[in-house]
Amino acid sequence: MAASEPLLRAEGISKDFLGVTALSGVDFDLAAGEIHALVGENGAGKSTLIKILTGAYRRDAGRIVLSGEPISPSDVMEAQSLGIGTVYQEVNLLPNLTVAENLFLGREPKRFGLIDRRAANRRSREILAQYGLSIDVSAQLSAYSVAVRQIVAIARAVDLSGKVLILDEPTASLDAAEVSRLFAILEDLKARGLGIVFITHFFDQVYRIADRVTILRNGHKVATRPLAGLERLELVSMMLGRELKEEESHRAPAGEAGERPVVARFRGVGKRGRIAPFDLDLRAGEVVGVAGLLGSGRTETAELMFGIAQPDEGRVEVDGRPAGFASPRDAIAEGFGFCPEDRKQDGIIDDLSVRENIVLALQARRGWTKPLSRKEQEAIADRYIAALDIRTSDREKPIKFLSGGNQQKVILARWLATDPRLLILDEPTRGIDVGAHAEIIRLIGELRERGMSLLVISSELEEIVAYATRVRILADRRHAGELDAGAISADAIMRAIAAGERHGDGQGRAAEIMQEGAA
Amino acid sequence: MTSSRLFPLATTLLIFVVAYALCIVQYPNMLSTRVLGNLLTDNAFLGIAAVGMTFVILSGGIDLSIGSVIAFTGVFLAVAMGEWGVPPLLAIALLLVLATLFGAVMGAMIHYLAMPPFIVTLAGMFFARGMAFLISIDSVPIKAGLYDTLHGLYFKMPGGGRLTFIGMAMLAVFAVGILVAHFTSFGRNVYAIGGNRQSAELMGVPIARTTIAIYALSSFLAGLAGIAFSLYTSAGYSLAAVGVELDAIAAVVIGGTLLTGGSGFVAGTLLGILIMGLIQTYIVFDGTLSSWWTKIVIGLLLFSFIALQRGLVWLSARRSGAAAMPA
Amino acid sequence: MTLPATMRRVLPQLVALLVILALNTAIAPGFLDVAFANGRLYGSLIDILNRGAPVALLAIGMTLVIATRGIDLSVGAVMAIAGAVAAALITTGQPLAVTLVATLGAGALCGLWNGALVAFLGIQPIIATLILMVAGRGIAQLITEGIILTFNDPGLVFVGSGTVLGVPFPIILWVVIGLCVSLLFRVTALGLLVEAIGVNRRASTLAGIGTSALLLAVYAASGLCAAVAGVVAAADIMGADANNAGLWLELDAILAVVVGGNSLMGGRFSIAGSLIGAMIIQSVNTGILLAGFPPEFNLVIKAAIIVVILVVQSPASHTLSAYFRHRPGAAQDRSAGAVRAAGKTGSAGKEAVR
Repeated sequence: MAASEPLLRAEGISKDFLGVTALSGVDFDLAAGEIHALVGENGAGKSTLIKILTGAYRRDAGRIVLSGEPISPSDVMEAQSLGIGTVYQEVNLLPNLTVAENLFLGREPKRFGLIDRRAANRRSREILAQYGLSIDVSAQLSAYSVAVRQIVAIARAVDLSGKVLILDEPTASLDAAEVSRLFAILEDLKARGLGIVFITHFFDQVYRIADRVTILRNGHKVATRPLAGLERLELVSMMLGRELKEEESHRAPAGEAGERPVVARFRGVGKRGRIAPFDLDLRAGEVVGVAGLLGSGRTETAELMFGIAQPDEGRVEVDGRPAGFASPRDAIAEGFGFCPEDRKQDGIIDDLSVRENIVLALQARRGWTKPLSRKEQEAIADRYIAALDIRTSDREKPIKFLSGGNQQKVILARWLATDPRLLILDEPTRGIDVGAHAEIIRLIGELRERGMSLLVISSELEEIVAYATRVRILADRRHAGELDAGAISADAIMRAIAAGERHGDGQGRAAEIMQEGAA
Repeated sequence: MTSSRLFPLATTLLIFVVAYALCIVQYPNMLSTRVLGNLLTDNAFLGIAAVGMTFVILSGGIDLSIGSVIAFTGVFLAVAMGEWGVPPLLAIALLLVLATLFGAVMGAMIHYLAMPPFIVTLAGMFFARGMAFLISIDSVPIKAGLYDTLHGLYFKMPGGGRLTFIGMAMLAVFAVGILVAHFTSFGRNVYAIGGNRQSAELMGVPIARTTIAIYALSSFLAGLAGIAFSLYTSAGYSLAAVGVELDAIAAVVIGGTLLTGGSGFVAGTLLGILIMGLIQTYIVFDGTLSSWWTKIVIGLLLFSFIALQRGLVWLSARRSGAAAMPA
Repeated sequence: MTLPATMRRVLPQLVALLVILALNTAIAPGFLDVAFANGRLYGSLIDILNRGAPVALLAIGMTLVIATRGIDLSVGAVMAIAGAVAAALITTGQPLAVTLVATLGAGALCGLWNGALVAFLGIQPIIATLILMVAGRGIAQLITEGIILTFNDPGLVFVGSGTVLGVPFPIILWVVIGLCVSLLFRVTALGLLVEAIGVNRRASTLAGIGTSALLLAVYAASGLCAAVAGVVAAADIMGADANNAGLWLELDAILAVVVGGNSLMGGRFSIAGSLIGAMIIQSVNTGILLAGFPPEFNLVIKAAIIVVILVVQSPASHTLSAYFRHRPGAAQDRSAGAVRAAGKTGSAGKEAVR
């Protein structure tokens, strides 16, 4: 690809956060006039790598060379002046300022010491014209669609830096037409000799736009490959960290699930722009694995099931009775439990003790007038600390001082204490140590044997193979298929995901948007 | 689509015009330059302080100390010019420097201690009023040639109304405020921080410097407002101007500025001041209505505007929360 | 070191209070004297307890609000409203019981209004309660029709200046209400639920806590406390002064809560701490008077106290102290320990299901 010295080269980049390795010895290079996709699941180290390249983080080891010069940007501003511009996915630009103000914030054209708005507007129009955008630049940015904002952000980054453009999931909330427009702009910038790093989790987009792809997994680089000739299946397998080989079939027993009672039945439940309507029956004593790439609608499915988000259509039945969840409280009253993906934001109450975190859901369900006595609380906490092998010096220790795996076990304990019939686990093993990992997988199996109904979302395929009695395949924000007990293998899951992503090609999203227009 | 930004301001303008029209229908005398002149003079100090508050609120902060700074200013000037024999101009210069430093210290504490502006400026409020009390607890009359000269400075408007010096000063402060807010980098940075601190930082806005400058400006203008107030009352009293910060906040919000920051206009604050003044004037004209209706009506207006803003935010969140919308 | 947990929690506040009292004694040797005359206790200590009553009462409700990571700026205005309602009703010949119930109802209503803005409209607490802070005094003046509405109903006056067994009634009020509320929150699960909301409202909702209802209740409690404080303040002067009743007391109440060791960032709270905080503030007031300083000196002292607390509570100093407590080496030891220990698991899971 790049015969001569690449535009940007990073070697042996490593970064630790308080003893947790986020990135370890990662190499990366980018040629001028190249679009280089960066892919990987959550926590793979994509954003850490980007932040190091853009000066938001300091690297612990390694070196970065830009146009042959070693650089060490100490902040975003410095990286920008060196030529590396970034467009972040969410935290980006200021919707309360006008388009022109956003383009020129920090470098406003002045006349007699005052901002020359007319000049700023004129130059903004000129800049945006290069991107085929002809809009009222004196209007607030918030008046425009996400797509236009994205282009304005790109225009600002390119105008400020001009060598390397880093795009962090720029298409996450764009429709098909907008994506095409964005890609035309990227092709144009590429032709102008910019090096572009493109982070996305949409596969078809990687194939459409990128020249090469670098896959990260668990802080390590898996490979850098030209996309020409790279099989989708191979790409998926590299992302999910599995070799393509015959795997022992799953261990969970098959066949009997059909006779078990249905705990919860979801029919045509969906929410516009989040997840297409889906049907799902959850039976006692089964584990439904949910597999799909990041952004395929995994968490959205769980949120609808637990009353965190309200569906715009469809119906829910619990034990054959119609049910509706206006809030998690309603779902909990039906015996549901939910371990969220983002443990820190949505799970732990960080200043409270392990004991309090464990009894919280049970206490909330009993109501404030029926307090668990201190003795009961201690008994419950001690029981689960022992049963789940939660490593804490003291049940009164604030949960924030526990390791990630132990925090996860506390959240699990919180739900087990409510004796749930249906437990939804969203990425229960993410970011936790190996030992706790194995214990949680074992626990899922034991809970199933006890007759609990479980829905487990995971991007770890071996894991799903190990505990799932059937597997839901999600792709492109819809439920794309299901694998029955007999058919579950890591290979089959991967093939189904790849097929779903290919089959989707943004059509699922396009369909949703059409629906939205009609509604 | 820009209507969401201009909507609160337009509402304010509409409220003012309709209210004034209703007032005139009932009391034709209210349509006179005399009323207008008094409206400006009576609210001059509040208006000047409210310009500073507008910047603070635009940046997403709040400044509870301005009433105390106004009181301190009056007492300091009265005692400095009278008891200590400091020349008036020097006393004023000294005061403005003190006030600005005071604000800068609060701004620095807010930024570096990462504490809510409300509690930091609460300490400032206690401190400034305490210092005022320490200088003097009595109402000290101000007798200075400068003050007499300034009192004599006014324009006679057709119809007998007077545009007094402090009235003009307020209008001048508003003019400068509008210029700073909309035509300087500092102004942009204030809006940027109020819009989204994190984004602003990523886009290169100097957060520390701007935060300190915002609170220094607010205290400086509170000092200026204190001077206007001392001209208005010809005295310095440490118990004066209690609760002015609340009136200033109300004027800013009624003027259409978002209390969470990032959106609003300095000009809107002038309208807010005029609406509040109008309510008082109406009550004076009516004669049977009692003064407390001012507070209740201002409270109602506050609630309406906060609810309106909340509604607008909710609407725009709903709009951009949807997957996509046509460009 | 066998102090009960609650005592340990408020130990710094207790020490501070004792130091201030000792200073006061040094300044005025008769400070600690308590005399009994005319069926009533007299003395500086009794004065502190008595005159600190309104702030102490406000601090009880404010503690709960702050525990949810909120703030209630309207309590001073609610005091004025409550005083006005009480005075207006008693002077129009309503029986004492009706008057008191209606007054408390008015306070609770004010609190519910604040709570609804916070819980349902999602308005920031400081902004939501600002509305009533501005309008509340107008409402109070509307009720009193702009005059200081005086009354001399012995029952109502008793609330402000009566005594029970020689102890001024306001003292009994704040001590008893403080105890009851503390007990209510510690004996039931309310304390745990409120703390959870304050630390992480989203995670609390996900764990099934009815966060909106609880927020509503907490603001209503703050309104109730403010109403009681308002009746005490009005009864003390035998009149409802809509302009000055409770003026700036919301700030004193917030200060008392913060001095009491409660974080403005919500979470763990101690009503006892806040009450001691209120007494610290009142003792400083008294001490300044005793020392012959002008009472105005108070404000400067309060400003200094806030600055000290700000520095102590600021995230910046937390990061600093956390760095010294948990240096990278220590963190690694912990996680290494977890990995080492994770090998032996055994029959752990089976227990869990029961």
